[in-house]
Parts: sequence; structure tokens; C-alpha cells
Amino acid sequence: MTEPVRRYDVLVVGAGPAGLAAARAAASHGARVGLVDAQPRAGGQVWRHDVRRGMPAMARRAFAALAAPGVDWLPGTQAVLAQPGWLLADGPRGALQLHYRALVLATGARELLLPFPGWTLPGVTGAGGAQALAKQGWPLRGKRVLVAGSGPLLLAAAATLRAHGAQLLGIHEQAPLHALRDFALRLPRWPGKALQALALRTRLAGVAYRAGSVVVAAHGDDVLREVEIDGPRGRARLACDQLAVGYGLVPDTGLAELLGCRLEAAGRHRRVAADALLRTSVDGVFAAGEALGIGGRDCARIEGAMAGHVAAGAEAPARALSARRRHARAFAGLLHETFALDPRIHALARPGTLVCRCEDVPLGALADLPDARDAKLASRCGMGACQGRICGTALAELGVCRPEASSDGGRRPPLFPVRLAALAESFTHDPQEKRP
Amino acid sequence: MSGTLRLEVNGQPVDVPDGASAAAAVAVLGVPFRRSCGGQPRAPLCGMGVCFECRVRIDGVAQLRACMTPARAGMRVSTDD
Repeated sequence: MTEPVRRYDVLVVGAGPAGLAAARAAASHGARVGLVDAQPRAGGQVWRHDVRRGMPAMARRAFAALAAPGVDWLPGTQAVLAQPGWLLADGPRGALQLHYRALVLATGARELLLPFPGWTLPGVTGAGGAQALAKQGWPLRGKRVLVAGSGPLLLAAAATLRAHGAQLLGIHEQAPLHALRDFALRLPRWPGKALQALALRTRLAGVAYRAGSVVVAAHGDDVLREVEIDGPRGRARLACDQLAVGYGLVPDTGLAELLGCRLEAAGRHRRVAADALLRTSVDGVFAAGEALGIGGRDCARIEGAMAGHVAAGAEAPARALSARRRHARAFAGLLHETFALDPRIHALARPGTLVCRCEDVPLGALADLPDARDAKLASRCGMGACQGRICGTALAELGVCRPEASSDGGRRPPLFPVRLAALAESFTHDPQEKRP
Repeated sequence: MSGTLRLEVNGQPVDVPDGASAAAAVAVLGVPFRRSCGGQPRAPLCGMGVCFECRVRIDGVAQLRACMTPARAGMRVSTDD
């Protein structure tokens, strides 16, 4: 049996670009570091392992953190409860108490998935969702796939889907053409990003990219058959096997909320508030990357390193990265402007469209309910297995029953559904007791 | 890319690439992952463990997220309990 109580100087939650950089930076000062991620492999979403292409080249150096001296890497391990000075996590080693002096939240982002008629049909996934599934062997050879929604992720997702054999029907970006033109003109300020965009376009040669084009409905009996598009050329229906539609990313603030960290508004959503050295409002708790607001991979790597240094007590190397951080964050600002959502998208769901997929609650059932707590009590919206992660985020975007306006604000433990045995093991075990 | 591995989905043999998820295996068979409480067929939405639309029974353990579970040779997956 593995040791169920582990003690670290620095505990890092999330092993994407931010978390890997944080672990590496903290370990470089001799700190004993724990690195935990719910996924079975490191890399987060952007560096997710691909069954065909393996690990991205850029990730290789970052992955060295997993084997660095002083780093205890715990894959497949989900943080579920926050206690004073420790997290309860469950995974292949059973329930673990992860004690820390400093905690780095590198929890990343989730995709913004919005309801529209037909979005619950099998065959409809997120855009990043489709990319993640493809990288893990989802069968795509010869499938007709339409990519839609908003943001640069659509290009990355489309390139992955094509590499896995999908026949791309097109990429439908909701942002208008003039916004994309302005974006392209300002892109050279970030040469790395410009090159990345160019490389993606090359990999997507021959695939139509339509601006100002929105998926208004998915049609099918028990699986997706057709996608209905509303674009500058009017409405059209396309026969389709898979629709990959996502509207960008939102910070994952769940664990920060459980810890009581102050959040701040990020558009219609929220991000973790932190100072220039990435200290959150809770003593000893730091945050880095997408949890602080969507900034992308480069920003996450810089902030992860900063948070890792500061968490290990070394402020100077963190301050030295501040200018690079500001430059990376400025790019994120440009993305937000360019890919701001068209009001048409907020009006796609009809009264009969399900918003809560776990409890099958239609949007119409939420009419006149003031907040998320009332929505739960009156309709069960947000009370299913996903615990409101999908519908809560969607409703925040639509401005309906907003979770932060709720008298029930803040997330309740456990963070994710957990085995009863994991709770029992941990709370009947005395952490002071020495094991042989 | 290396080889493939064989597992069982709803009693039928399915081959997936090494490193694939249990979700990929269910998709190869082409059946819904679960039925919603209103009886609708469902399949993964988010691909990253958030939406819980991919939950299935794996080697006798119910309610596991197929997208977060690596496929293993001989694994037995069943959908829609």
C-alpha cells in the first residue's frame, strides 16, 4: 500500500503547461513538490498525448518536470476536498491526504459549451472536446466533420481532426470578417503566434474558413444527421457525422472557490484574483495560467514558473518574468476583443432546448427563477453528475440564473463525485500516526 | 504509432490503438454511452472529464468517465445500465 499521507513544500494542482512549469521552478529551489492531475497523463489539454502523433515537441522539455528530483508526480488523481493545509485526493493509489506549505492552482480552463436546438445529440461535441477525443483514438476516418464556434482553438481542433482522417466540411467562426482582419493586422506583434497561425492554415489547406457563420441547430433522430448554419450567405443545412462546436474557454475556478480564494469578473465568467506575484487572497495559495483568465499556453508557462518560484520562497526569479507575462497577457486581450460573441449565439436556445443535460431541464423551466439556487430547487437544473459545470457555465454566459448571483454562491464539497470509501479511509486515518 | 489492443464493449470485441481511451472503444462500436433521465441517447460532449456524458460501467465499476479511462487489453465496458 502506498503512503496515504504525503507532505510537500509545494503542491501543484494541474499538470498542463502552467503546472509543469510551476513544479519545475519550485523543485529548482530544492522544494519537495507534489504534482497532481485528474487526467491519466500530464500535458493538460493543449499538450494532451496523441495516439498517432505522441507528445508535442515543445512539451518534451516541460515534461522533464515529472522526473525531476524532488517531484512526486500523481497522475489520475482528483482533488476532491480542501481541508486546512491539505487536499483530499482520490486516484489509483486510493485516497491521499496531500499536505502542503504552499499550493499552486494550475487548474486550467474548460470549454464554453452553449445550448442550441439539437446540441444533446450524439455526434455533437465541443471543438476542444472533439480534439481531445480524437487524440485519444476516437474513430474519425472518413467521417464528415464540421468545426464551429469561436476562437483560435477551432483551427487547432480542425488540424487534429484532419490528421486523424476526418473529412472537414468547413470551419465556421462566429466572429465577423472585419474583426478577423483587424486581428491578422495586429498579430505580427506576437511573431510566435503569427507563425503558429500560419502553420495551422497550411495544415488546413483546402478547408473553407467562414467568418460570421453560426451553427443554429443540429438535426437527427437518435444521432446527428445534419447541421444548420446561418452565415453571410443565408441559412443552409449540411449532412454531417460529427459537429465540433465550442465558443472559447473559461477559467476553471472550482478548487479556488472551495479554498475560499477571491474571484473576480472575467466578462460573463469569473477568474481567480491574484497580485503581481500570483498570490491569491488566501495565504499560501498561488494561481497560474488559465485559472487567472484565459491567456493561452505561453502565458501559462510563464505564470507557472513565476508561481513555482514564489511558492518555493524565491521572489526574484518570478519578478524577472513579469515583463514577459505582460506581453503574453496582452495577446489574450486581443483574442477577447476579436472573438467576442455575437448576440445571436445567446439567443440560440429556445424554451424547449435542454440546458441541464444531466437532469434534462429545458431553458423554459428556468423562466422567472432569480438565481442558480432557485433553479436547483424548482427544476433540478445543475444537480446532476456534472454538478452544474456545463449548464452553470452556459447560463452564466446567457445571463440566466447566474451562479455568482446565487444566495448559494460558491462551490460545495466534494469538488467531483467521490467514492464513499475514499472519504471514510481518509477521515478514519490519523495523519499524525507514523506508518512502518 | 504502435499497435492496437482488444477490449470488450457490451460483450463485443473492439480494437483500439494503444493509448486510446475507453470512450474511443465505445465510439468504435457506435452505441450511445448512456440514456439521459428523459431517455435520450447521449455521447461525450467535453472530452475532458467535465460533462459526465460519457459515464459507463468498466470492469464492474459503474459511473466511470470513459474519456478519462485509458483502454486496457481485456477491459470490459458496458453502456447504458
